[in-house]
Amino acid sequence: MKAWFFTEDAYPQLPDQDTYRSIRVNLPNKHYDPETGADNYHQFLDMWLMAEDLGLEIMLNEHHQTATCVVPAVPIMAGILARESKTARILVLGNPLANLPRPTRTAEEMAMIDVISRGRLECGFVRGVPYEIAPANVLPYRGTERMWEAHDLIIKAWTTHDGPFSFEGRWFHSRQVNIWPRPYQQPHPPVWVTIGSANTAVPVAEHEYVGAVFLAGYPRIRPIFDGYRAGYFAKHGSDAPIDRLAYCALVYVADDEEEAKTGGEQLLWYMTSNKVPVEYSNPPGYHPPAVAAQIARGGRGGAGIPLQATLDDQMARGNVFCGTPDQVYEQIKAFYDYSGGFGHLLMMGQAGHLSFEQTHRSMTLFSRDVYPRLKELTASYNADAMKETRAALPDKDLADLANFGVEFVR
Amino acid sequence: MAENSGNTTRIDLPGAAVDVVRKGSGPKLFMLHGGGGPVAGLPFADELAKSFEIIAPVHPGFAGSAIPDHFDDLRDLIFLYLDLMDALELDDAVMMGFSMGGWTAAELAVMSTARISKLILVDSVGVKVGGREDRDIADVFATRPDELARLTWHDPSNAPNPADMTDADLEMMQANRVALGLYTWQPYMHNPKLPGRLHRIDVPTLLIWGESDGLVTPDYGRAFCGMIPGAEMVVIPEAGHLPQVEQPDAFVGHVTSFAN
Repeated sequence: MKAWFFTEDAYPQLPDQDTYRSIRVNLPNKHYDPETGADNYHQFLDMWLMAEDLGLEIMLNEHHQTATCVVPAVPIMAGILARESKTARILVLGNPLANLPRPTRTAEEMAMIDVISRGRLECGFVRGVPYEIAPANVLPYRGTERMWEAHDLIIKAWTTHDGPFSFEGRWFHSRQVNIWPRPYQQPHPPVWVTIGSANTAVPVAEHEYVGAVFLAGYPRIRPIFDGYRAGYFAKHGSDAPIDRLAYCALVYVADDEEEAKTGGEQLLWYMTSNKVPVEYSNPPGYHPPAVAAQIARGGRGGAGIPLQATLDDQMARGNVFCGTPDQVYEQIKAFYDYSGGFGHLLMMGQAGHLSFEQTHRSMTLFSRDVYPRLKELTASYNADAMKETRAALPDKDLADLANFGVEFVR
Repeated sequence: MAENSGNTTRIDLPGAAVDVVRKGSGPKLFMLHGGGGPVAGLPFADELAKSFEIIAPVHPGFAGSAIPDHFDDLRDLIFLYLDLMDALELDDAVMMGFSMGGWTAAELAVMSTARISKLILVDSVGVKVGGREDRDIADVFATRPDELARLTWHDPSNAPNPADMTDADLEMMQANRVALGLYTWQPYMHNPKLPGRLHRIDVPTLLIWGESDGLVTPDYGRAFCGMIPGAEMVVIPEAGHLPQVEQPDAFVGHVTSFAN
C-alpha cells in the first residue's frame, strides 16, 4: 500500500456559517485576509514536506472560487513541491480537464513539474465537481466526453517527439502541438482518474490508469471497484493489479481514543463546512436528470456532503478512519477486505482548523504504527484469496443519505 | 380535452426527428416554446386554437425527447427548423417564439422571411443590449430558486414547487433544463452577431413583454425592439416572463389583433 498525505489547503478562518448561503462560488473574498492566507500556504507546504519526511507520498488538488480549497491552480503548488521535496511521489488529483480551456497548457505544466521533480509526478485527470461549473463557465453537459478528449490530446502531446501534430476535435483545437519540455518519465507520468460509478470506471480500467474513489464509503465502494475490475478483466484478460485502485478518506490517528475523537471531529470540517446551495450544485447537464431531480427536491437545499455529518456515522460509513493506531489499522483493513482491496490510501490528514502539531502527531503515528502493516497487507495480496475474503462479507445495509457524495458520482 | 391537447406527429428530418403538435384551425401560427418546455397545451393556446392552426415543434431535448448526438448549441436547432419549415411547407405563417424560442424565431427570420408573414417575440432573449459588465439576462442556471421565482413571475406563488411535483414531472423539468443549457450556454442566451443581422427582418414584428419580467426586463425588450425595423412592442401589466400564463386574455388579445 502506498499512503498519500492530502490536505485541500482550505481557508477556514471564516465568519459564522449562518451568515452566508454558500462557501463556494459567491462567498465574497473580502473574507479572505491575504496575510492569514500567506501563513496558511506556508503551513500547508510545510505539512506536505513533513509528510515526505515521514515516508508518505504527497497529494494535491485544485478547486475554484471556494474557501474549502484555496488552490485554484494546482500546477503552482505542485511546482513548488517539485523543487522543495526530494523523494515523495507528487500526485496531482487532479487537473479538471472538462473545465480547462487548453489541454496543451496542462500537458506543458505537468511535463514541467515532472522534469523539475526528476520524474516524481503522478498526474490525475478529473472532470471537476458541479460547483466548478459557474467559475469555469463551461457547459456541464457531456463533461465526461470533453474530459476524455482533452486527455487524448494531452497523452498525444506527451508522447509525440518528432515535431508538431494537429488535433481538431469536437471541443479542443490545436494545429501545431509540439510541447517543450516533454515529460521526464517515459512514455509519460502515471495517470490517475477519479471514478464514482461502475460505468465511469470502465474507460479508466481499459487504459490501465489508477481509478481513485473519494468517500464512497461502504454504501457505494463495491459497485465502483467491481466495475473497474470487470472493465479491466474484459479488456486485458487478467485481474486488475491492486495498485490500480485508490481510496480517499479522512484519517486521524492519536495516542488514545479521546484525542482521536477530538482530532476526528476537527477533520469533519471538510464535510460540515461544505455548504453549497442548489443553484451551484445542480448545473444543467452535470447530473443525469433523475439525480438532478432529487437535488432539486432536496431536503437540505442542494447536493453534497451532509452538513449534519457526525463522526460516528462517517466512521461507520468508511469515510473516516479515526482512532488509535490499532483501531485505524483495523478500520482500514475491514474496509479493504470489504471493497476487495486497493493499493493506494489517499489520506485527507488535515482539514479545517486542525493544527500543524495535531497533523504531525497523527501522521507520525500513522507512518510508524499503521503504515507498515498496510504495506504488509498489500504485499501479501492475492486476487483469488481476496475474492473469497470479500465474498464472505455480506453487503452492508446502511441508511441512504440521499445525495451524499453525489458530486463524486459520474 | 382530446382536441385541446392537439395531435402530435414526429417528423423525420436529416439528422434528427422533431415532434410537432398541431391544434386548431385558421391561419398558421408556428409557435416556438421557451426554456420551460412546450406550451401548446396551456389555456392560452386553447384560446388561440379557436382562430389559428397552431404548429408547435418540441425542441429536441425537451419533454422527454432526446438531444441529438451532434447538437452543440442553438445553431443546430436553427438549421433543423429551417428544414422543418421546408418540410411543413409553411407559407405566410405567423411565427411566434417565447424566450429562447423567440431568440430562435429571430435567428430564423434573419435567415429568411420567405415562409412567414409576421413575427411575434414574447419576452425573448437573443441579443445583448448593455455593456460587457451588464447582466442583461438573469443567469437562470446560477440563481437561487426563490429569487428565480421572483424574477420570472409577477406573482411568484405561480412558480411550480418541486415539493408538489411527481418524480416524473420533476425529472422532465430537469431534462428540459439540460436542453436549455445546451442551447443557450455561451455566449449566454444571446448571439453577438444577431443585432447586426436584425435589419434583414422585413415582416411586421411585434414584441410582447410582461411588465414584471425580471429575467429580461421591458427595457431590454425596448432595446431589442429598436433593433428590428418597424417593430412594435406591447407591455402586459401584472405579468412576468410568461405573460401567456399570467395574463392569457390580454396575451391572446394582442396576438389575435396583430396577427389578423
